Amino acid sequence: MINETVTEKNKSVLANVFNDGLNWVDQRFPLTSNIKAHLTEYYAPKNFNFWYFFGSLSLLVLVLQIVTGIFLTMHYKPDAALAFASVEYIMRDVPWGWLIRYMHSTGASMFFIVVYLHMFRGIIYGSYRNPRELIWLFGVGIFLCLMGEAFFGYLLPWGQMSYWGAQVIVNLFSAIPFIGPDVSEWLRGDYLVSDATLNRFFAFHVIALPFVLVGLVAAHIIALHEVGSNNPDGIEIKKLKDKKTGIPLDGIPFHPYYTVKDIVGTVVFLMVFSVVIFFAPEMGGYFLEANNFVPANPLVTPAHIAPVWYFTPYYSILRAVPPFPGVSILGIPPSLFPGVAAMGLSVMVFAFLPWLDKSPVKSIRYRGSLYKQWLAAFVVSFIVLGYLGTKPSNVWGQFGVWLGNADRATVVARIFMIIYFAFFILMPWYTKKDKTLVVPERVTG
Amino acid sequence: MSDNHNDEHLASSQSDQASSVDLEKRNFLIASSGVGALGCAVAAVPFVLSMTPSERAKAAGAPVEVDVSKIAPGTMITVEWRGKPVWIFNRTEDMTAELHKHDDQLIDPDCTVESQQPGYCKNTDRSIKPNLAVVVGICTHLGCSPTAKLQPKGDMGENWTGGFFCPCHGSKFDLAGRVFKGSPAPINLVVPPHKYLTENTLLIGVDTEDKA
Amino acid sequence: MKIKNSIIKALLVLAFFPYFTLPLSAVANEGAHLDKAPIDASNHASLQRGARTFINSCLNCHSANYMRYNRLLEIGLTEKQIKDNLLFAGDKVGDTMRVTMNAAEAKKWFGVAPPDLSVEVRARGADWMYSYLRSFYRDDASTTGWGNCVFDPVTCKVSMPHVLYELQGEQAMNHETHALELSKPGKLSVAEYDTLAGDLTNFLAFMAEPTKQQRNRLGWFVLLFLGILLVLTYKLKKAYWKEIH
Repeated sequence: MINETVTEKNKSVLANVFNDGLNWVDQRFPLTSNIKAHLTEYYAPKNFNFWYFFGSLSLLVLVLQIVTGIFLTMHYKPDAALAFASVEYIMRDVPWGWLIRYMHSTGASMFFIVVYLHMFRGIIYGSYRNPRELIWLFGVGIFLCLMGEAFFGYLLPWGQMSYWGAQVIVNLFSAIPFIGPDVSEWLRGDYLVSDATLNRFFAFHVIALPFVLVGLVAAHIIALHEVGSNNPDGIEIKKLKDKKTGIPLDGIPFHPYYTVKDIVGTVVFLMVFSVVIFFAPEMGGYFLEANNFVPANPLVTPAHIAPVWYFTPYYSILRAVPPFPGVSILGIPPSLFPGVAAMGLSVMVFAFLPWLDKSPVKSIRYRGSLYKQWLAAFVVSFIVLGYLGTKPSNVWGQFGVWLGNADRATVVARIFMIIYFAFFILMPWYTKKDKTLVVPERVTG
Repeated sequence: MSDNHNDEHLASSQSDQASSVDLEKRNFLIASSGVGALGCAVAAVPFVLSMTPSERAKAAGAPVEVDVSKIAPGTMITVEWRGKPVWIFNRTEDMTAELHKHDDQLIDPDCTVESQQPGYCKNTDRSIKPNLAVVVGICTHLGCSPTAKLQPKGDMGENWTGGFFCPCHGSKFDLAGRVFKGSPAPINLVVPPHKYLTENTLLIGVDTEDKA
Repeated sequence: MKIKNSIIKALLVLAFFPYFTLPLSAVANEGAHLDKAPIDASNHASLQRGARTFINSCLNCHSANYMRYNRLLEIGLTEKQIKDNLLFAGDKVGDTMRVTMNAAEAKKWFGVAPPDLSVEVRARGADWMYSYLRSFYRDDASTTGWGNCVFDPVTCKVSMPHVLYELQGEQAMNHETHALELSKPGKLSVAEYDTLAGDLTNFLAFMAEPTKQQRNRLGWFVLLFLGILLVLTYKLKKAYWKEIH
């Protein structure tokens, strides 16, 4: 009995010290109010499903990439004469360097996997719709930044794929009318991809873009917590609140409920991540390309060059669009600008989704079959374009003379490219025409 | 698990929650946090170890072989080991005799600080062979490399018996690398691990016990 | 709702299916038929024989600048064995496998500088390497006197002479069947030479990623640990979510 009261007393003393400390901080920094606003009193819909893991997982991968990146920077040398060797130095001579490097290289691909799934979640449940347009736009910004990070980072190992990938992408800018060639040269800082290019890409990869990325992620989350999360039913849970407490009836505190749930998702993700790192870090040449184990050689292009898998759908679109033939009367030279423009548009078009979707409902659960068919067609075309982007354009042989001996793969890519764009361009029409179901008042299971 | 079954029902009714502890929650919270924290700690190990010397650094820091037959009495040579100057000097009989005479002027004449020399050099000469001294030429004050003033007197004054003088802050060491009183340097110079492979071949960086 | 979810999940599987079924490696070598290389990183005897062949035959022209001699400790050799049998005079066990041949000179002799072989197997694939080493044939029309259709399936030209021909003997190309036939036996039988090429390939594969075995072994422990953590965190999640209806 006596012992118990003593421990009770100790407890209360400890609690007092803790509370005093917290008060001291709170008078100087909004710690408690921020924890409440973003965790313990941020009310998220209780019906999040499988798809809702990928937001927190994206954040996890971002942190992993930053941490592993910092440690890689300690050993990597951004110098054309030393870069390739310094990567092998990390793989062999630095204690555990191989693990950190594989985490970073696998993390790059995993980043795109979770972000693509996160974006797909946004599309099927209408998370980009009013009032969440800005969240979506910040997200598109994050996606663009991520593509930049991947592109700049890919040059750093200074292998053959690094070199020729950068060469091709930088040359895309030459297609911009009038100023193009100068822009390319300015980006490279040389007449070809060289040490100067490597050095500045390193600066972009490790300082400039990470800053922008982290800023955009913060904006993305702040905007989300301002308007509240969407859910698989596409219902605004803030419309129905408990009269006494003002808490949404279908809302539960993010912490502890979604923290414990996301931890489970994190562990599952880490298992998948570990399988790749420890058993298949090259992932059959999709995560680490074989040709990148050959040092960069400006005189020899590898027989088959393809971008890393996450860029291939857009790369397919680039190849599918025929070049501008050039009209001698107008004095315009032939140009591959149309292909470059189409590729740029295929990425940027996601930004317009909030204004293209005219459906009265948000979630796919209450949409009609017309929308579902279009979405399925889009997903299929994204995958087919992605697949074709990894292959040379003669992979399926040629059609006969009746189609001018055109490459089969190119024709197929053109068809799917049209579907890809039609999904967006025709969206105002088919979302309005679609027969939708009645959305319930409260969220469903 | 089955022990917690009754608690489960208690906990699920909100009114009781304040008074009773949900054992299931608490047990799994402790277990998950414990195992999770362990995982984080173990995952941090590779990152910490990646900052230790690499294979390349180890190869560059490998033991150095030196031929000592060419060092005339009263002179010294400097070799590089792990990027540091290592002095090897051949003391004349006068010089070694002097080492026994000025103990009262030294901070640590008996070499009591273990880290400054291997056990086999814990003697007045601080060496394996009485004439040949092997010393890391880095001042124990702030890391400058002292200048050799092997001969007595000279610009060091009448009382100088031969040794080393640090140009940075004026620390003085005798011909066994022991520090004189009144120097800013707190302890004697370091004697690196070394051994003789043959009569005239010295290997710096490896003990007699073959440890690097 | 269940059906829709499963449709979406099926689409998801479909989305990543093609990526995992069609490996890209060695895609540059389409056309040549490749034999399966006998790779076994746990076979130390084979790796040691391969290391010996590599150092005696390849390391005269090809460097392995990222490979340190003391890595050979990992395939069961002792420091003394490395020093006495494999090291060139003046090298230390911590050194990398360099060659003294000047790259510019070599380029004059062979037309191209012999590539560094540290990570060659990761670039070409082990099967390619194994097939390449066994596919040299006499071709008097070429400048080196040798052809190799694995190296270049179109022209069958190769810059490297057949360094191991004393062991393998000479092969000739049958121009009707495009098969290689042994025309002049060497010191080794066909089976013995195949073993030699296999051991060499095995060593080159080890050298390309010396940490591979450690990586695979560690992977199981990590997965086991995460498996335990998964059970615990799942139970924790259940304990909290039983309150949510």
